Amino acid sequence: MQSVHIMSAYDEELKYLSKRIAAMGGHAERMVEQAVAALVNADPGLAQKVIRDDTVLDEGQREIDDKAIVIIAKRQPMATDLREIVGAIRISADLERVGDLGKNVAKRVVAVIDGRQPTSLFRGLEALANLALTQLKEVLDVYASRSVEKIGFVRDRDDQIDAMYTSLFRELLTYMMEDPRNITPCTHLLFCAKNIERIGDHATNIAETIYYIVTGDQMPADRPKGDKTDKISLSASMPAK
Amino acid sequence: MADRGAEDKDAAQTIATRLWNGRWLILAGFVAVLAVYFLGGISAYVLAPALAILFGAALLPAGGARQSADAAAAIEAIGLQRLSGEYLAAAVADPLIIFDHAATIVHANAAAFAAFGGIAPGISLPLKFRAPEMQALLDSVLSGAVASDVVDYTEKLPVERAYRVSASSVGHGTDLYVLVFKDQSEARRIDRMRADFIANASHELRTPLASIAGFIETLRGPARNDPAAREQFLQIMQNQTGRMARLIDDLLSLSRLEMKPYLKPGTEVDLRQTVDGVIDSLAPLARENNVAIERNFAKGPLNVPGDRDELFQVFENLLENACKYGQSGGRVLVSISRDDEDVEPGIDVTIRDFGPGIPEEHIPRITERFYRIDVETSRTQKGTGLGLSIVKHILTRHNARLTIKSEVGKGAAFSVHLPAH
Repeated sequence: MQSVHIMSAYDEELKYLSKRIAAMGGHAERMVEQAVAALVNADPGLAQKVIRDDTVLDEGQREIDDKAIVIIAKRQPMATDLREIVGAIRISADLERVGDLGKNVAKRVVAVIDGRQPTSLFRGLEALANLALTQLKEVLDVYASRSVEKIGFVRDRDDQIDAMYTSLFRELLTYMMEDPRNITPCTHLLFCAKNIERIGDHATNIAETIYYIVTGDQMPADRPKGDKTDKISLSASMPAK
Repeated sequence: MADRGAEDKDAAQTIATRLWNGRWLILAGFVAVLAVYFLGGISAYVLAPALAILFGAALLPAGGARQSADAAAAIEAIGLQRLSGEYLAAAVADPLIIFDHAATIVHANAAAFAAFGGIAPGISLPLKFRAPEMQALLDSVLSGAVASDVVDYTEKLPVERAYRVSASSVGHGTDLYVLVFKDQSEARRIDRMRADFIANASHELRTPLASIAGFIETLRGPARNDPAAREQFLQIMQNQTGRMARLIDDLLSLSRLEMKPYLKPGTEVDLRQTVDGVIDSLAPLARENNVAIERNFAKGPLNVPGDRDELFQVFENLLENACKYGQSGGRVLVSISRDDEDVEPGIDVTIRDFGPGIPEEHIPRITERFYRIDVETSRTQKGTGLGLSIVKHILTRHNARLTIKSEVGKGAAFSVHLPAH
């Protein structure tokens, strides 16, 4: 945890920053969760709510930026404190992006549920979202506990998310080839999947920032290889299932 | 004599008090009895004793509750001063967290650790419970706007749980607050289960049902007098009903698992004995499929915390899959080894077959409900599409990990990592 300063107001300010980050994190998690729920349950009302909620995150990021800059100007922070403050700025930017991605998924709900799709289409997306949300939750839990030794799981999860995304990509392509009427919803779902995969990437970014805040070092650089969708092409002669 | 007089006075006072305490009861009784009398139900001879009994009953010592409450207050005054808050918190079965004015955790009981993990004293509560409604709850109690407040809080991952959370300040001027979580998951899950069950079951049961209906129609129509066709159709119908029964069994066991999201702590499972039991129970199936099961167990005790029946089902499902889908390999290797290198040291159980293997793109998805790599093979092997989904569910509850490695043409390895603590 943070060291104690002679000026207790300084401690209060730093604490306030991390509290705001946590609140933003909670909002971002909730938005993604609800966006996916809206998609799976064909609930445009919930999707509208998610779209409206995005302003909370935008405000949060602006507030954290302002506060952080004021602290830097006023207190001239060093070492851990400086990392804490710069880290807060970066994490809030990542969380704001997560919110945007959640909002984008919510925006596509109406287009996807237009012609009712079979549930099997959504099952994969739900599983992908669960992976990404688990990753986000675990990363934010580490932000609370500062136990960075546990942060290795982030890389594993990222691999899983990439593998799942690749598989989903292939599945959606198959559906499109089966029936051209599937192309509209499947394209939207493809973007949804991409957005959710990006959420996992932002969670990884946040994990790296936390590692930097706590240890002062950059996380060892063995970035996962990423998804393999750039290599997928289904030939038209492939037998439709 | 003076004593005697005081006692009499006391007795008189007691009677008066009892009558006063019971005044409404007596009044109500009188009204009821009189009503019956006037309506001509009973004679005056019955009426008088009835009223007398009512009066007498009110005179009996009825203040039992009040007296014991006074006594309890006296005991409390002496006993609770010595009581440590920690013991009290430990005795509460629900998750309970005590925190200070800065929302930093001061103490969390064992139930809270089991339910949430990673909540050591010193951690800031709003950082751990980030949901907007929890933030609002903490804010409202800490700002002093209200003395206590209640919200409903749901956690979706890793397993869905719903709590009714109440926050309140402790005593006067202690600067401490308490957060108590009442588990509502069960009620919520029963609702969800009903909806999910209907959705899943109706979808998956429709196919066999349609085929049975079709055959019945044929049997009553064109094939009415064709004994050979009848026999064949009845056989197919029997297979289909068998499939429906298996499906319902699996759906029910999945729903049961979802009902209790986390395990009771404290029980240990001997993996060697459990896996041996699974191998024995599946020996007939292995023989039928011409598959030899080989064992490679590490020496020494192989215990992990967990639920024996559930872990039995995990290994049963995995080994059954290996025997069925890896049949062409002719052998299945079951190995148990200790893994101390991992972040969470524990025991690995690996079930490896040498069959056709699983194409890479399917691996991330095969634990999804009703996800099938090849619908036709799954049907002939009497698969329901739920086996691995059950496995994954149980392992999530055990905080365990399932790793699947496979290369097409070389077989597949399902590895379960169970943490030792």
